Amino acid sequence: MLNRLRALDLTDDKGFLCGKILADLGVNVIKVEKPGGDPSRAIGPFWGGVPGPDRNLYWFAYNSDKKGITLDIEKPRGRRIFEKLVAAADFVLESYPPGYLDKLGLGYDRFHGIYKKLIWASITPFGAGGPYRHFKDSDIVVMGLSGTLYQTGEADGPPVHISLPQACLHAGADAAVGCMVAYYHRETTGLGQRVDVSMQQSAAWFQANAIPSYELNGSILKRAGAFRTGVSSQVAQRQVWPCRDGYIFFNVIGGRTGAKTLSALIAWMDEERMATDFMLHLDWDNFDMFTVTGDVMDRISGPVGEFFRRYTRKELLAGAVRRGVSIGPLSGMQDLLDDECLNARSYWTQIEHPELGTSITYPKEYIRSSLMDYSTRSPAPLVGEHNEEIYKELGFTNKDLQSLKKEAII
Amino acid sequence: MEKREGVFSGLKILAFAWAVVGPLTMKFFADHGATVIRVETSHRPCTMRSSAPYKDNQPGVNRGGYFTYYNANILSLALNMNHPGAAAVVRRLVTWSDVFFENYTPGVIERWGLDYESLKKLRPDIIMLRQSGYGSWGPYKNLPAFGMVLVPIAGLPNFIGWPSKEPLPVGVSAYTDCISPRFAAAALIAALDHRNKTGEGQLLDLSQFETAISFILPGLLEYESTGKEPERIGNSSPHAAPHGVYRCQGDDRWCTITVSTAEEWRAFCDVIGKPGLVKDPRFSTLEKRRENEAELNKIVGAWTVDFSPEEVMARLQKAGVPSGVVSNAADVLHDPQLRQRNIFWPMQHAEMGDFTHLGESFQLSETPAQPYSPAPLLGEHTEQIMTEMLGMSDEEFVTLMREGVFE
Repeated sequence: MLNRLRALDLTDDKGFLCGKILADLGVNVIKVEKPGGDPSRAIGPFWGGVPGPDRNLYWFAYNSDKKGITLDIEKPRGRRIFEKLVAAADFVLESYPPGYLDKLGLGYDRFHGIYKKLIWASITPFGAGGPYRHFKDSDIVVMGLSGTLYQTGEADGPPVHISLPQACLHAGADAAVGCMVAYYHRETTGLGQRVDVSMQQSAAWFQANAIPSYELNGSILKRAGAFRTGVSSQVAQRQVWPCRDGYIFFNVIGGRTGAKTLSALIAWMDEERMATDFMLHLDWDNFDMFTVTGDVMDRISGPVGEFFRRYTRKELLAGAVRRGVSIGPLSGMQDLLDDECLNARSYWTQIEHPELGTSITYPKEYIRSSLMDYSTRSPAPLVGEHNEEIYKELGFTNKDLQSLKKEAII
Repeated sequence: MEKREGVFSGLKILAFAWAVVGPLTMKFFADHGATVIRVETSHRPCTMRSSAPYKDNQPGVNRGGYFTYYNANILSLALNMNHPGAAAVVRRLVTWSDVFFENYTPGVIERWGLDYESLKKLRPDIIMLRQSGYGSWGPYKNLPAFGMVLVPIAGLPNFIGWPSKEPLPVGVSAYTDCISPRFAAAALIAALDHRNKTGEGQLLDLSQFETAISFILPGLLEYESTGKEPERIGNSSPHAAPHGVYRCQGDDRWCTITVSTAEEWRAFCDVIGKPGLVKDPRFSTLEKRRENEAELNKIVGAWTVDFSPEEVMARLQKAGVPSGVVSNAADVLHDPQLRQRNIFWPMQHAEMGDFTHLGESFQLSETPAQPYSPAPLLGEHTEQIMTEMLGMSDEEFVTLMREGVFE
C-alpha cells in the first residue's frame, strides 16, 4: 500500500532514520540534497578511512533504500522545482533550523494551505517552538538535556556519553511513527498535518524510573557505573560482570520473573558445584528486590561472579539459552555478525556498493511481516544518483538538466 | 467510559503486554484514541507493578510509580489465563479485536493456544504483533530477555565508558525498551492501513535485539571497514574539541560543551574571557585541540566550575556555542522547553493521587495525543469490558467472576 507514496527527505543526520523506516515500509523516499551533497556526508567515519561524500558510514547506515537527487532550494529556479516536487509528494521530512524554510517561502504553512493532504515532519534539536528552539545542538548537548546522560557513568566520575549519536535516532524513529499516525488520519479524513519532533523530547521520552523516583521520593537517580540503582531501597546491584574473555551483563531481578531465571542459573551453578547452600535454600519465589539487604546481595554476587569468571561469553550464552537464564554477553561487532540467532533468522544481508567495488553487510530487516517484504534492497544513494530519473519524471528534458547543472541548481 | 476521540478511535487492541516495551508500543495507539485492553492477572502481575518506587514507600500492585508512569490511557482486564474458564473469554476478546499484541517470552502465547494460526481462525483479518527480546522463532526464542541484557548483546556498551575502565551500561538501564516500540508502531500502522484497504491481516514479528542494532549500525559498518573493534573514548569526539561534560558549581552539577568549528572556538574563547587562546598554537585547529585535549579540558573545567550549568548554557548558547545542562530527573521535569511539549501529563490516579504520567514523544498539529485516563488499577475495567464492550450478561459475568476467572 505504501509503495504508492512518495516522501521528500531533506533531513541531515538529525533525521535520517525517519525516512529509512518509511522506506523499509515501502514508501518511495527521495533524499533531496544540496548540489555537491548534504554537509553531513563530510563527517566521518568513512569507508576505508578515506574521506569522500559517497563513503560516509552514517549516510550508509540510515539512507539505504532511498533515492537521491540534488537541488539548491535557495535559488529561485530551485525553489520552483521544489514546489513541483512537493506537489507530487505525500510526505516532506526536514531538519532545518526552525524558520529557515519559511524564510525561503517553502515552509509548512504555505504548502499546507495548497496541499491539504501533505504530511510534513520537522525534526529539530528542541522542537519548532519554545525557548530553546534556536539553541545550538550536538548529540552530547541534547542527550544531556534529555536526562539520559546524567544517569550514565561511574558513581564518582562525570556523566559519560554514548559515543555514537543517539538523539537523532530517537527523533528519527519518532518522526516515522508520527508520519504513520498522520498518514492513518489522512486516509480517513483526507487531511495532512505537521509532525513536530524534538530530539530532546524524543530522547527524554524513556528514562526508566527516574521521573517517578523523583516525584515519589524526591530522590534523583544517579550514576552507578556497573551497578543499577532505583530498584532496591538498600542496595545497588551489579550489572556488569567480568568473564573469561570479556563481560557479561546480568541482573538479580525479584518477583516471579526473577525467580524463574535465577533458579535456572543456580541449578546450572549447582551442576558445576558452584552454588552455595545459602543460594540453594533461598526462597526465590518470595525474594524481594525492594527490601533485599546488602549482606544477602553479597552472598549472591560472590559465587555468581566467580561462576561467570570461569567461562567465556560464548559458553555462558550457550548455557543460558539451554536453561533459560537471562544474561547478556557484551557482543563485539564481529560477535554480532557471527551471532547464531541473527544468522538463523537471516538478519544480515549483503548489499552491493558498485562504487566501492565491494559489498557491505547490513541488517536485512528490522520489521518482519508474514505478508510484506520489508527487506533492505539498495544502498544509500550517491550524490545526485537519481537526478535524471526523478527530474525526467517531472517533465525535464536532457537539455533542462544540463542547464540546471550549469546553474548549479542540481 | 468517556468517548475516545483521536486518530485511532474505534480501533480495538487486545494486549498481552509486559514490562516497558508493551505499554510503550501500545501508547502510540492508546494516546491517539484506540481502545487498548491490557490483559493482566493478580496471580502474576506485571513485573513493573512490583517494581519500586512505590507511593509512600508502600509496595502494592497499584502503587508502583514505574508502572503507573508508562500506562496512561490503557484499560486493564484481570483474567486468569490458567483458569479453564478463561479460554472462552479470550476467544470472544480475539473476535472483538482488530489487533492482538504480545511481548512475552515466546511459548507463553502458544501454550494458551493463541498462536497466529489459531487467532486467524477466530478473526480471519486479525493483525498479530509479537515483540519479544530475540524474535518469536530462532535459537534464542526461549531466552528470557530484559532491556538490561539486550543493551550489551546488541553491543551498545562498546561505545560507553573510558578506554582503561570497564564498559558501562546505559544509565537508563533498559535503554533498548524504547527502540523496538517505535519500529513496531510504524509497522502496525502500515499493517492496519493494508487491512483497511484489502481486508488482509498479517503477523508482525519484531525482535528487540534486532531493532536495537539499528542504534549502533554506524559502529558496525566502521568495523566492517577497518576490521578494528570499537574502543571506548569517554566523552571525546573525533569531530569536536572541547567536547564533553564539565563540572559546574553545585553538588553533582554538570554541563556539556561542543566546539566543532573555528567560529565556535573563537566565540568560546571570548565567552570564557580568554580571547588569546584562539592564537595559542596548542589549540589553533581542531586537530591541535584534539591532540592537546587533556590540557584543553582542564582550562574548560576551570571556567565552568564557577558557574551553574544553567549559566554556562545561557552564556555559550548566546554566543552560538552548543552547550547544555546535564539534566537530572528534577531538571527534566522542570525544563522550560520540555514543559511546552506535552511530554508529561499530570493526572489523578485512583490510588496514588496526583501523579505525573508519561505523555507524548512528538507533536501532531491537528490530532495531538490526549491524556484520556490515568494508568489503570489491576483489573479496573474488567466489568466494563465484559459487559459493555463484549455484551456479556451481568449474570454470566457474575458467575465467571465467582469461579475466579477474572482474577
